[in-house]
Amino acid sequence: MYRYDEYDETLVQERVDQFRGQVARRLSGELTENQFRPLRLMNGLYLQLHSYMLRVAIPYGVLSSTQMHRLADIARRYDKGYGHFTTRQNFQYNWPRLEDTPDILQDLADVEMHAIQTSGNCIRNVTSDEFAGVAPDETHDPRIACEIIRQWSSFHPEFSFLPRKFKIAVSGAKSDRAAIKVHDIGLRQYQNEDGETGYEVMVGGGQGRTPMIAKTIRPFLLEKHLLSYLEAIMRVYNRFGRRDNKYKARIKILVHEMGAAAFSGLVEEEWEQLKDTSLQLPEAEVERIQSYFEPPAYEDINEPVASFENKRTEDKGFAAWVNTSVFPHKQAGYAAAIISLKPIGGVPGDASAEQMDAIADLADQYSLGELRVTHAQNLVLAYVKKSDLYALWQGLVEADLATANQGLITDIIVCPGLDYCQLATARSIPIAQEIAERFADIRRQHDIGNLYVNISGCINACGHHHVGHIGILGLEKKGQESYQITLGGRADEHAAIGERVGPAFSYETIVDAVETIVDTYIGIRETDERFIDTLTRTGTDVFKEALYADPA
Amino acid sequence: MPILRNGAVIEDKWVLLDEADEPQAGTPLVVPSEIWRASRDRYLKWYGPLGIRLSPADEPSAIAHDFGRFELIEIDFPVFGDGRGFSIARLLRERYDYQGELRAVGDILRDQFLFLDRCGFDTLAVRQDQVGAWKEALSELSTPYQAATDKRTTVLSHRHPAKAAE
Repeated sequence: MYRYDEYDETLVQERVDQFRGQVARRLSGELTENQFRPLRLMNGLYLQLHSYMLRVAIPYGVLSSTQMHRLADIARRYDKGYGHFTTRQNFQYNWPRLEDTPDILQDLADVEMHAIQTSGNCIRNVTSDEFAGVAPDETHDPRIACEIIRQWSSFHPEFSFLPRKFKIAVSGAKSDRAAIKVHDIGLRQYQNEDGETGYEVMVGGGQGRTPMIAKTIRPFLLEKHLLSYLEAIMRVYNRFGRRDNKYKARIKILVHEMGAAAFSGLVEEEWEQLKDTSLQLPEAEVERIQSYFEPPAYEDINEPVASFENKRTEDKGFAAWVNTSVFPHKQAGYAAAIISLKPIGGVPGDASAEQMDAIADLADQYSLGELRVTHAQNLVLAYVKKSDLYALWQGLVEADLATANQGLITDIIVCPGLDYCQLATARSIPIAQEIAERFADIRRQHDIGNLYVNISGCINACGHHHVGHIGILGLEKKGQESYQITLGGRADEHAAIGERVGPAFSYETIVDAVETIVDTYIGIRETDERFIDTLTRTGTDVFKEALYADPA
Repeated sequence: MPILRNGAVIEDKWVLLDEADEPQAGTPLVVPSEIWRASRDRYLKWYGPLGIRLSPADEPSAIAHDFGRFELIEIDFPVFGDGRGFSIARLLRERYDYQGELRAVGDILRDQFLFLDRCGFDTLAVRQDQVGAWKEALSELSTPYQAATDKRTTVLSHRHPAKAAE
């Protein structure tokens, strides 16, 4: 993974010192909360319902075991002994005290971490494929572009006061595991027919109250032009994005109102002036960054790995975990293992300090000391020898982290909702917990198969409900929580926004409604047909009939 | 508001045009862009130093041909969160090669001083209580990652000195 050199280190340290000064000014009363607000937001510090919340950046979801131990350590010392992995591959502390935050940031800086640009109207943490560098279907390792973008966008003098927040995602594989089409900018790296490497540039995707799928504004952009093209897009957005209405300020609205062709025209015009400037990275810098992401020294291992295959037949629990939680690897004899942070009845994405320490130790033992955070709020060990999988699984069982539900109905993406969030209009975590409990039977989950349920506690859609196969949106109606259902959303390379099925359900009936949808699917599916494929085949009518049939 | 240049308060000779009470000839005059558009010919002939105040929605290319006439261009920041002025400043400096004084006016905060400096502003109209903040604000970040209008050495040119020397 990328390691700081003296320049990265200095920048992060300077930021800690700066923030320490700002907090001191706030605590002394020199700054009012109103004046302090934009400053704390630039360091990921939010004021939530009950407390401050600190969001720590995990650049494109990659972290070392040392960093994971530090996150655990901070959770114990300054928080309530746990933390939360987010859908943007970041990490959140829910209960820090303001006066502790400079020390927390210092502790993070000491292990090359920070909270820079994890909030505010700036370019946020760049996100990517959790299997970057190891996925068999990958053609280009997206982490290199991600790191280039991270550095270029950090403290950008022109783009730190944008109309609204700005999210970029990069994928370099055939399957899109980074949901690039629902980002402000989605970059798909590939090789064109002439053998050149570059990007398909998509702009204007997003969720929130106006969900949209990104439009391709340039089918192919040569690799060397990445930053000049991004700078052109950002300049057009910064100048022409709407600032009159917070809810219409994202770039998707600009692209939509202007039309993708007109928007693309403006960007191309701007880019003509920028493309041959110093924004073109020197090759030495690309090579320098690339060198951090070279494949590790893999052992030569012949497949099949007998010990692994044997354990798989002997131990049913292990076999069930392997079926959901082991992802294929580029390298023979290796696998990537997914650690579910979705235990039945737990809070999706939460991990205790003890679990974080255990995971970090397992990463040291079995996966070169490196971890990934997924946008579905799980973790990944990307370099596990198949012969080690059984021992890894046993370690996970011991730490209560072996839930075998990756990609199944209880692998739910959920925002914090009304239990924590100031913006929320309904609870979301308890709904996720009740759904998980309803479908707790692992055999039933496997029988249902791949099904993404995503839950948001308000229209801002942090729980990605628009792109869940089953999406649930919690609202408030006349003082009552109510839940709308959408069907058919997806965040992969066939990205789509879910379709609302009808009137909302109450807190008491929403879980029944989910079960009705699942039972309907079971009744009409063809052999081996996933939920989403059945839905594509039949349309939503049959589900609507089941949901809203007159009980009389 | 005090005007800062490189952290020092300078004397402000400029007067913002008030059409109802036009100052006498010879006064250094700043013309708001909407008046400039309506009465360009009249103020082109202004006897004395001339400046223009741009709003964030103004298109820099529309006044580029008059740059020879302006000693000062002010860019207004109606609220500190409105970052359009950063882009306009860079365009003026880098695209249209404006060489005169470039001044940020309006709701600007000390925490933006560095970015304003990096985008090509050379004077800032600041709040009285932030006059002394310049030095600290400018030193909060020593080596930037990315190039901008300023000539600060970037991280990139430190890492690859040969390239920077080209």
